[in-house]
Amino acid sequence: MVTGRGRIEQAVRVWLPIGFFLLLALFPFYWMAITSIKPNAELYNKNVMPLIVHAPTLKHYVDLLTKSSFLLWTWNTMLVAVVATAISLVLGTMLAYPLARMRFAGASLIAMTIAAIYLVPQPLLFIPLADVINRLGLGNTLTSVILTYPTMLVPFCAWLLLGYFKTVPKELEEAARIDGASRLQTMWKIFLPLCTPGFISAGIFAFTLSQNEFLYALIFLTKSSVRTVPVGVIAELIRGDVFYWGQLMAGALLGSIPVALIYSFFVEHYVAGLTAGSVKA
Amino acid sequence: MTIASERVLVPVHATRRASLSVLLDRQDVFSWLMMALPLAFLVALVGYPFFYGILLSLQDRPVAHAGTFVGLKNFVTNAHDPIFWQAAINTFVYTGVATLLKMVGGLGLALAMNQHFRMKNLVRALLLLPFIVPTVLSTVAWLWMLDPAFSVVNRLLVALGWPKPGPSWLGDPTLAMASIIIINTWRGLPFYGITLLAGLQTVPSELYEAASIDGAGGWERFRFITLPLLRPIILIVTLFSVIFTFADFQLVYVLTHGGPANATQLFATYAFDIAMGAGQLGLGASVALAMLPALALLIVALTIYLRRE
Repeated sequence: MVTGRGRIEQAVRVWLPIGFFLLLALFPFYWMAITSIKPNAELYNKNVMPLIVHAPTLKHYVDLLTKSSFLLWTWNTMLVAVVATAISLVLGTMLAYPLARMRFAGASLIAMTIAAIYLVPQPLLFIPLADVINRLGLGNTLTSVILTYPTMLVPFCAWLLLGYFKTVPKELEEAARIDGASRLQTMWKIFLPLCTPGFISAGIFAFTLSQNEFLYALIFLTKSSVRTVPVGVIAELIRGDVFYWGQLMAGALLGSIPVALIYSFFVEHYVAGLTAGSVKA
Repeated sequence: MTIASERVLVPVHATRRASLSVLLDRQDVFSWLMMALPLAFLVALVGYPFFYGILLSLQDRPVAHAGTFVGLKNFVTNAHDPIFWQAAINTFVYTGVATLLKMVGGLGLALAMNQHFRMKNLVRALLLLPFIVPTVLSTVAWLWMLDPAFSVVNRLLVALGWPKPGPSWLGDPTLAMASIIIINTWRGLPFYGITLLAGLQTVPSELYEAASIDGAGGWERFRFITLPLLRPIILIVTLFSVIFTFADFQLVYVLTHGGPANATQLFATYAFDIAMGAGQLGLGASVALAMLPALALLIVALTIYLRRE
């Protein structure tokens, strides 16, 4: 029996900590959003109460979209993220399927190597990679990042898909084999169509990671026309000591929207993927 | 003669095709053929750069010039470089403190989330936002929140009675380190929280009920049921997070560029400065490689642990 007082007590026990965490997590986004619609007169006036907007304006957005290359950076980022994700899903599947289903010598060694490669952080490789990209003549091309992003995404997708593939029952494949299907046919026609949720999880992660990548893009892409959003925002919207905070926040907010949108549609897949690696199913 | 002529009746290409399909049907042949392309890709763009990086670290190699082999000279230079040692200490402090904060905070978040309340899925989705949004973009928001002249944090502090103008978050060496630790924690905490929450949800409630009947209080239930059952997940999440915090680059690059006076210089940012800023690829590679022993240890530990699971 929950009494009135018990209910209040319970509400406090839930919402006091949750409220604290929500405030902490969301305030920077709130601040980003209101900064982006404040006129400069308000932004740089210390006598105005800062937490609300008094005279909202879209000027910063208009400036961002007309006076900087933001739209082009957005296009570049999307293109790179989509292509790198597609490549990584295909190559990741080509690694994960044999590892999940076939018995062959060296399988566990390969699986461990892939996990280890996934854990190698970019700062360990960026200097030699920069030299390789230069020698290939790929500096300032989107190809440079389309080629290098999968170095992190392929092991990641392979690892996540491997976990997912193992949860798919084998009976359908065995039946197809008995009916005379080759291994390739079994994989392509029977097995892969069953794995859509796994591909969605891996795809979202790969897409998010591509949008988030900064170091390779910073080094390989130094011309405005080939930049991605994170690099463009840092390299071109921050100018010397003069900060265009309104525009900068507008850019940060718009740059976050694609990821946030995709994430909001597939949040369950995302959480499933997030926890798959660390929680035993 | 008759036997030979009978054999001729079977077309040669047909037997060849049959033996090819038998060969392709073998698990090992199929597997290696399937994996050949992605493995070649990884060898070319991870394996080769990795060993090339080691080679570079043994060279004096200015950008756009040929390298000359200098043995361990770069590593000796690093050993005599006070900034290198400062970067080393900073990296360990940054990783250690941020990891501890994320672990404790994440556990708190998971426990808070593991209650019954409405709109739980919405709350979970919102709480994960700092982890989803591109790091550089949210870090720019923090840069603005800690701006020397217009920091909203300071304006709130001053409104609450803090003496003007408030702390210089990114200008003071100690505060700058504290700031990057807090922002790293802000970003990584949801990962801990949501993953640990998933772990908490697998703890059977009968355990808690039985413990309560035996007279265990809230703390005892947490200490003797929750923590031991969560240990494997805490370990994995922590290893993951330590690896990527240890090699962090973007957050520091955006907020402080390693300053003031190298107070927030990490291995990754220092290697970047030397290689990309000063154009010394060899020396830069040797700074980056200084991360390798610690990283290798962590990576091997985590790989073995993941494998055992």
